Amino acid sequence: MNIVIIGATSAIAHGVAKKYCSQKNSVFYLVGRSQDKLNAIADDLRVRGAQQVYTDACLFTDVKQYQTLFSRILASMKTLDIVLIAHGSLTHQERAEQDALYTFDELHTNFTSVVGLGVVAAEQCKKQRSGTIAIIGSVAGERGRQSNYLYGAAKAGVTAFCSGLRNRLMPFNVHVLTILPGFVDTPMTAEIPKNFLFAKADDVGAAIVNAIEKKKNVLYTPFFWLYIMTIVKIIPEFIYKRLKT
Amino acid sequence: MVNFSSWGNYPIVEHSSIQSYIWRHDIPSFADSGSYLPYGLGRSYGDSCLNDSNILIHTVQLNKFISFDATTGILHCESGVSLEHILHEFAPRGWFLPVTPGTKYITVGGAVANDVHGKNHHRRGTFGAHVKALTLLRSDGKQYYCTPTENKELFSATIGGMGLTGLITDIAFQLLPIESTYIDNHSTKFSCVDDFFELCEDSEDEFEYTVAWIDCLATGKNLGRGHYYRGNHSKKKRRNISKKPIGIIPFFAPEFVLNPLSIRAFNTAYYNKQFGTTIKNTVHYEPFFYPLDIVHQWNKLYGRRGFLQYQCVVPLADGSDAIKEMLARVAASGTGSFLAVLKKFGNISSPGLMSFPIEGYTLTLDFAMRGDSTLQLLQTLDDVVKKTGGRLYPAKDARMSAEIFRNGYPQWQEFSQYIDPKFSSTFWRRVTKETL
Repeated sequence: MNIVIIGATSAIAHGVAKKYCSQKNSVFYLVGRSQDKLNAIADDLRVRGAQQVYTDACLFTDVKQYQTLFSRILASMKTLDIVLIAHGSLTHQERAEQDALYTFDELHTNFTSVVGLGVVAAEQCKKQRSGTIAIIGSVAGERGRQSNYLYGAAKAGVTAFCSGLRNRLMPFNVHVLTILPGFVDTPMTAEIPKNFLFAKADDVGAAIVNAIEKKKNVLYTPFFWLYIMTIVKIIPEFIYKRLKT
Repeated sequence: MVNFSSWGNYPIVEHSSIQSYIWRHDIPSFADSGSYLPYGLGRSYGDSCLNDSNILIHTVQLNKFISFDATTGILHCESGVSLEHILHEFAPRGWFLPVTPGTKYITVGGAVANDVHGKNHHRRGTFGAHVKALTLLRSDGKQYYCTPTENKELFSATIGGMGLTGLITDIAFQLLPIESTYIDNHSTKFSCVDDFFELCEDSEDEFEYTVAWIDCLATGKNLGRGHYYRGNHSKKKRRNISKKPIGIIPFFAPEFVLNPLSIRAFNTAYYNKQFGTTIKNTVHYEPFFYPLDIVHQWNKLYGRRGFLQYQCVVPLADGSDAIKEMLARVAASGTGSFLAVLKKFGNISSPGLMSFPIEGYTLTLDFAMRGDSTLQLLQTLDDVVKKTGGRLYPAKDARMSAEIFRNGYPQWQEFSQYIDPKFSSTFWRRVTKETL
């Protein structure tokens, strides 16, 4: 199985990759910014039984790189079975409200670069008439909250993009999975005090692998976020706007 | 999910900051004011994993394997990898931990820093005896590659060094080949502590693992009665990961849950759980080594005030009398320990300068923290340990006096010259009266 992971040094992506190591013939193409970090992940996957691991350190969120990145990937693996787009940045809401350039960068990291990479991956999967494109959104994209709506807005865009892409690729036998994690204990959330809602990255990774196997459309992980977000979404706006969220 | 207390929930202290160390190549600056201490999964019981008013470096994101040599069985991994993850990955492939304590929820870094021991101490010594190499990051920003021959003083000081010599970033150590993930177990009921000493003599040549559970409320001719567990790795080739359901104690239990009556009832019922003298069966390694791991946060059973674990070792020479004396004192107090464990340590010496085990008997007891009466009882046990020239285990301790520590570890001053100048802990300040 050929697995491409963009943002491969993220803890959730690592959790997914670890799960695939126990399957026979798993070949990974790991994309990230830092070669040292990619090497650390690659070594780990090799010990866990990965058949082959390629690493590619590049500025993958740069719009000029999308095509060349995928041609490098296709030079290493002929077909793409799974493309996981996992990169992201937890936007600092207060800073974003003051600093337009920062906001723009964050929206690009969390939204437009995801779309750009998703489009290129979709072209390849459409051509081969197979494959899964799995993209990490967030429950934060389900409804804007004053404490993190810029991050939420970008992730809401990801959800809408995935939905349209799934619709478009349906006739071509390409599976698109929207992943909506809740709070996950990762380096990205290192500075947030943890409570019982925080899930382990490895558990979220295992849930993603299961959702890919079962060709689910949308995955809330851990599962209880489906119920939480269903309730959050039905609160009428005239009440919601008064809540301290 | 992570609160930075120790497993005993005593003492409770505040830290000035918690810093996550995520990638071993991104070396932290150690530039903040105050001292640092590595913190893994927080399973040390007392204050050896705490650094009140100062900084903890959280290591659990340093959780990657680096290499594994399937011909030699040497695993090289980052220090935040847990024993649970190692077993999950390697037990089905036919490799086991060379030494394991009673929980798998500790990091490899913690296993080295506390030089942990297990039920096979008489055969294989401590965890540190199986370490081939480690990398130590010191606050001068340099990484020291330490082996029994290279930087050997730092190697020896770091094994059992309680995290004080610097931050261990990665470790290479020997795994043990196994045919099966099952253990051939003999469970033998014995009616007094003298029978325990006899069972030790009879079992150690034949069995890789030995340990006893003691009913510490039994008195008189029943003093020190209990169950003796002996086991070997099964030879029948069958390897799997146990997927038993697990429970959780979600909140601190109220203090009346563990009272003298309930503890007595538990001890009596547990002692009488088997009718026959010896039961032989084959069990998965999970219940054999980690019976308590199936209940997450079992420490909360002891209530909000927490609990104290007491683990001492007394030298072989007067060991049996000392153990009897301590059991008598515990039984007389009526306080009782929910869990009492007795084991004979062998004579395999550790490379660790501050390693806890010495040849003799080690007794482990748990006491709910109920204020001064609990502390006074433990002091009466200290008196026995001191008389025999024994010592207490820092990883379990929250209250031993500086005097008891220095008597038990006369090498402490030699050790202190290897402590990183920017590293300290609540424990270390307590037993050396260090001022920062």
